[in-house]
Amino acid sequence: MKTWTPSEPIISISNVHKAYGSFQVLKGVSLDVKKGEVVCIIGPSGSGKSTLIRCINGLNDIQSGSIRVEGMEVNDPKLDKLALRKNVGIVFQQFNLFPHKTVLENVMMAPVIVLKQARTEVEQRARALIAKVRLEGKENAYPGELSGGQQQRVAIARCLAMAPDIMLFDEVTSALDPETVNEVLSTIKDLAQEGMTCILVTHEMGFAREVADHIYFTDKGVIVEHGPPDVFFANPKDPRTREFLGKVL
Amino acid sequence: MATIADFFHWLAAKRGYNFSIFYDRFDGTQFLYGIWTTIHLSFFCVLLSVLFGAIGVWLQRSSFEPLRWLVGAYVGFFRNTPPLVQLYFFYFAVDPVLSSALGVKGGLLSNYGWALLVLSLYAGAFNTEIFRSGIEAVPKSTCEAAEALGYTPLQIFRHVTFPLAFRVSFPAMTSNLVNLIKTTTTAYAISVAETLYVANRIWSDQFNVFEMMNVVWVVYLVLVGLFLAFMTRWEKALRVPGFGRSK
Ligand SMILES: Nc1ncnc2c1ncn2[C@@H]1O[C@H](COP(=O)(O)OP(=O)(O)OP(=O)(O)O)[C@@H](O)[C@H]1O
Ligand SMILES: [Mg+2]
Repeated sequence: MKTWTPSEPIISISNVHKAYGSFQVLKGVSLDVKKGEVVCIIGPSGSGKSTLIRCINGLNDIQSGSIRVEGMEVNDPKLDKLALRKNVGIVFQQFNLFPHKTVLENVMMAPVIVLKQARTEVEQRARALIAKVRLEGKENAYPGELSGGQQQRVAIARCLAMAPDIMLFDEVTSALDPETVNEVLSTIKDLAQEGMTCILVTHEMGFAREVADHIYFTDKGVIVEHGPPDVFFANPKDPRTREFLGKVL
Repeated sequence: MATIADFFHWLAAKRGYNFSIFYDRFDGTQFLYGIWTTIHLSFFCVLLSVLFGAIGVWLQRSSFEPLRWLVGAYVGFFRNTPPLVQLYFFYFAVDPVLSSALGVKGGLLSNYGWALLVLSLYAGAFNTEIFRSGIEAVPKSTCEAAEALGYTPLQIFRHVTFPLAFRVSFPAMTSNLVNLIKTTTTAYAISVAETLYVANRIWSDQFNVFEMMNVVWVVYLVLVGLFLAFMTRWEKALRVPGFGRSK
């Protein structure tokens, strides 16, 4: 395995194909993400955005093509999954917190159980992360006692506790009330500004325009068009992109 | 103590209510022995049936098809036949055939041993189904979140699936175990000297069926009541705010 250097793309996806049975979901997707870059993926429902993002940390396997994360070939059966997942955090639309654990425990569990780090040291970091996502005072609450926006911020803190290099966000505000969307978005914006490499699947076009370095538009399993936000939104070339933007903007 | 015995002596002589277990030393000891047998038989049956249930679901989830088929057959056999018939079947049919085939003299297991095994298997079949539905109630997405954080399958089971499935299964498991404790009375049919069996022996001697039936009634009311109190406290301790029933 050749070692990865930060000058190369931190994520390199090339010609990825993925099918569920005979149904082709990804039909040759390629994209590169540089370290510290914020990439937004937009596109109509069912176009394969979630599938793509889940392939990046190995939750879905692929039929052909290659996904390299920091030089690790994700589809390699000999891949050390832990090494990959330690570096790639994913936040889901439905939060998926552990309902039987407090906020603090949710954040602490993975470093303690998976990385076998010392509890006292992890607890300090976890408390700092909970403060970072602006949830001080909620350390001992259970997920069922929090609002959707608060739960989603716990989910983000839970990922950050693993100290990942890359964060994947799959429509993390779609299940939220409009008034709590912003609190989650501003947490993500903080991360992006600190230089975290982020891939976001989102329907929040204004947010995408604001934080993204690069926008990808997917439809029916292919990347139709991509570019920096000013160019992409001001001057979409493909008719499918124009039609989609016409509907959502 | 003497006053209690005196009172029941008087009650029998003057009022005709013969609670011999409270004044007759022999009956009293026998009856206590019966209750004690019910208690330890129930205790071991409960433990063993939970173990069988756990093994059952574990095998049921294996990728090796014959194992899943085997668990299906086990659950079907013990769920679809009456426990009394199961006891007779194992004690009077399986034991003699097996022990003569293996050349063991005097039976493979004692009657207590068969009661323990058969009743545990019986309740274990229900526990298997109860635990399975508990595991199925754990959202796949919650386990997936753990997987994405680097948990191994065993860590996911231990820290996510099991604690959640256990909470979901708890009420149904409690009902099943209560039922199991009550079903230990069927061990009477193969001469295990548990509460009902001993009561029968006493009322045959003393002709006090009415009194003994009342005593037996109260004994089970108290035993099951204590068990339920314990399980309810446990369930409360497991309760998580905003999860399950409270939401
Ligand atoms: N486990 C699965 N089995 C079969 N088909 C699936 C599975 N998961 C997704 N699909 C199909 O793959 C296609 C792409 O799904 P995906 O979830 O990636 O879309 P998406 O772009 O994220 O859509 P949305 O915006 O609605 O979240 C859909 O047509 C979906 O029906
Ligand atoms: Mg999706």
